[in-house]
Amino acid sequence: MSKYYLFQDTRKCIGCHACEIQCKSNKNLPKGPKPCQIIQVGPKFIGGLPKMSFIFMPCFHCENPWCVSACPTGAMQKRSADGIVFIDKDLCVGCKTCVSACPWGAPQWNPETGKVEKCDYCKDRVDKGLKPACVTTCTTGCLKFGNVEDMTQIRRVRHAESVASFENSSF
Amino acid sequence: MDKEVFSLCFMCSVRCPITVKVKDGHVDWIEGNAHVPGIDGSLCPRGSAGISMLYDDQRVQSPLIRVGERGSGNWRKASWEEAIDYVGSRLKDIIDKNGAPSVALCERTQLATHVSKTFLKALGSPNHFTHDALCKGSVNTACRSLFGYTDAEVGIHYGETKHIVLYGRNIFESIALKEVNTLMKALENGAKLTYIDPRVTVTASKAHRYWMIRPGTDLALNYALMHVILKERLYDAEFVSKWVHGLNELRDFVEPYTPEWAETETGIPAGEIIQLAREMSRDKPSVIFHYGYRGANHRDEIYMRRSILMLNALMGSVEAKGGIFFKKGPGAAGGKGARKLTEQEFPKIEAVRFDKAGTKDFPLPDPNHGVAQIFPHAVLNEDPYPIKALIAYRMDPLMSIADTTRTKKALDKLDLVVTIDINYSDIAWYSDVILPESTYLERTDCIQQMNGLKPQMFLRKKAVEPRHDTLDGAVILKRIGEKLGIGRYFPYETMEDLVAWQIQGTGFTMADFEKKGFVAYGSEQIFWDRDNLPFKTPSKKIEFKSSLLENAGYASFPKYEAVQAPTDGRFRLVVGRSALHTHISTQNVPYLNELESENKLWINTKRAGELGIKNNALVEVVSSCGKGRIKAFVTDFIHPEAVFMLHGFGHEAGRAKRSFNRGLSDALIQENVYDPIGGSPAYHDTFVSVNPL
Repeated sequence: MSKYYLFQDTRKCIGCHACEIQCKSNKNLPKGPKPCQIIQVGPKFIGGLPKMSFIFMPCFHCENPWCVSACPTGAMQKRSADGIVFIDKDLCVGCKTCVSACPWGAPQWNPETGKVEKCDYCKDRVDKGLKPACVTTCTTGCLKFGNVEDMTQIRRVRHAESVASFENSSF
Repeated sequence: MDKEVFSLCFMCSVRCPITVKVKDGHVDWIEGNAHVPGIDGSLCPRGSAGISMLYDDQRVQSPLIRVGERGSGNWRKASWEEAIDYVGSRLKDIIDKNGAPSVALCERTQLATHVSKTFLKALGSPNHFTHDALCKGSVNTACRSLFGYTDAEVGIHYGETKHIVLYGRNIFESIALKEVNTLMKALENGAKLTYIDPRVTVTASKAHRYWMIRPGTDLALNYALMHVILKERLYDAEFVSKWVHGLNELRDFVEPYTPEWAETETGIPAGEIIQLAREMSRDKPSVIFHYGYRGANHRDEIYMRRSILMLNALMGSVEAKGGIFFKKGPGAAGGKGARKLTEQEFPKIEAVRFDKAGTKDFPLPDPNHGVAQIFPHAVLNEDPYPIKALIAYRMDPLMSIADTTRTKKALDKLDLVVTIDINYSDIAWYSDVILPESTYLERTDCIQQMNGLKPQMFLRKKAVEPRHDTLDGAVILKRIGEKLGIGRYFPYETMEDLVAWQIQGTGFTMADFEKKGFVAYGSEQIFWDRDNLPFKTPSKKIEFKSSLLENAGYASFPKYEAVQAPTDGRFRLVVGRSALHTHISTQNVPYLNELESENKLWINTKRAGELGIKNNALVEVVSSCGKGRIKAFVTDFIHPEAVFMLHGFGHEAGRAKRSFNRGLSDALIQENVYDPIGGSPAYHDTFVSVNPL
């Protein structure tokens, strides 16, 4: 896997789709391809309250990416330094093998170029010390990007705060 | 050449502060202004689509003069000189024949509103009106009746609230960045959210308590809450005894409105109503009953909005941390505000406004905004006199005023319709001349005086040169004014001149805005001393018993009238918005259109089943004044008495190809009925039949 983790704080996500739009705007994409996407599931009544789930779907940047193995031209690649999976569009011939190979629908079709678009964690921005486009302007700041170990900490701290008791407790 | 420009977004009217990055003369990136707390670099979906709006070629690219019938979509390109000459000479003829009051100008209130007001004042017409009355006229009147301040002078202190109650105020889908993020922070800190709406929204999905209220009965709920609060003495006794005028009258009035009575009317269990009253009291005064942004639903709107504000007063949450507060201007921090062109001397205008706001016929709506929905009546009946010309500046009467068919008939009576807009809006399409304005990324704008707990000034600053043959709105009006002999009221050539004129005497310079995109008059939040609150009512108190209402012949506490359920298998039509679109103005923006290109009719699963309506099937919606087709969205998450659609779809302008004829316009179906006291339209008082096709 890549050394990065893109964490979605689902409690703060309002499913506004700003991430999708900023991503497309940053990559100057036409109608069609969505390198990241929010899929709404629900609402459903859970314990009498309406609940919605907004599932954030970028590329997961797999350890052993099937899209890379499947690509016949070497366009789809994994960066050795940090594990980011990206596509070199000069080498892409639009054969769609990666689209077939990916179990999560991450490679997206660009009808204008006849090539594939894909989330690359905005590696050009990351290389400049910036965050991916979707994370940088997320409306509520619910998307966070960083090293995996820092991201798990957010959940642990929150859980600790929710269970901490200052009364009748040895903690 | 790369540069970074601090500016203000304008994909909606909130005007969130942004940073625009420009590369080789192109806008390369937009993000929220990281120097502004609550913005912190964030940008909403509409703001994120700003670049796709700027580089979309389906915008108006040059002045256009109509050649065919109105609305036929036949245009010829014109130079600015020709277009301004044409508008100027037509206006001159109209004024010579009918007098200046026959010219009206409508707009969505914006930074250059002082320029358009100046334009009409200098001409001698009282007929400037804004979108505000359509949105929140009755909220404005309700605020004045209680506090002596308008709604624009009241704010909400989300960040430190402990419990907020929202009456259909869909904060997480309306998205004003600061509002969303400060409320989110409060929720993270343990604040409770109660959400009341006949329809489940994203905001409902974040709530700790959700009530699917019977549509139109919020006022009954509030009277029952007051009943409990007074009976159980849950109010802030100290605050109320010092600041409330008319508590005893309220106590007598709400005596019959028990929670059990409200349960029958609203569908909300009595026990839960009592529980909410107790919870709010426990957390007072850091609680908020949100008085709403759009407050334009029912004919008794003013009393609904007053009831919410009164609940805040009972909780003592007025001018309290985590409650509601009054906005402080530069004066409160020892500073001076930006100048406005309206401070000039103008000839006295004798004529009454077309809507008669502020006269004995329609005493309470705010004449500063007027009452837009009266416009079709005034034109069609020449009441109080003939109106012959309309300049529509970034506001669309066709899609905003209920009953489009009637509004069109009124426009047909006019000799001249001119639109100033960036888009092919429906009103632009129905105009004689379109004068295209540069977009917010292509123009510098007038100063934004941002009053609040910390008074500030913000500046919208041009990031790139206009892509097309477009001009700044304030320059367009100045040029028309010059043709009409009122050029002297516009002492500037460029927007930069105008801004420089505005900030004279404030102690700030243009360079001061370069650092962070705004300037602040002070660094501390200003709260008034709660022992010395400067209410501007005649009694100097919060007037439950309102002199504003009673002096105009209206009751402070009129008897509650039960809300009738729709008969003959009909539904109550309710409307609202989503995170992806701003009113009627963004439906053709490429990235927003891709995600949401049409609206659907939400209809309750059981009712739809009875009518044989399947999910996603086309249905016909019929009211007394219009009908149209729309796809059904069959769901359990709407009250059976209501159907819902998003506002702003069903466009008729052919050159806005993505939004043309997609979905259905609510204004086509809604009846033009309104709150005769407060001034808001009653957008939710239309009953419709829904027929499968």
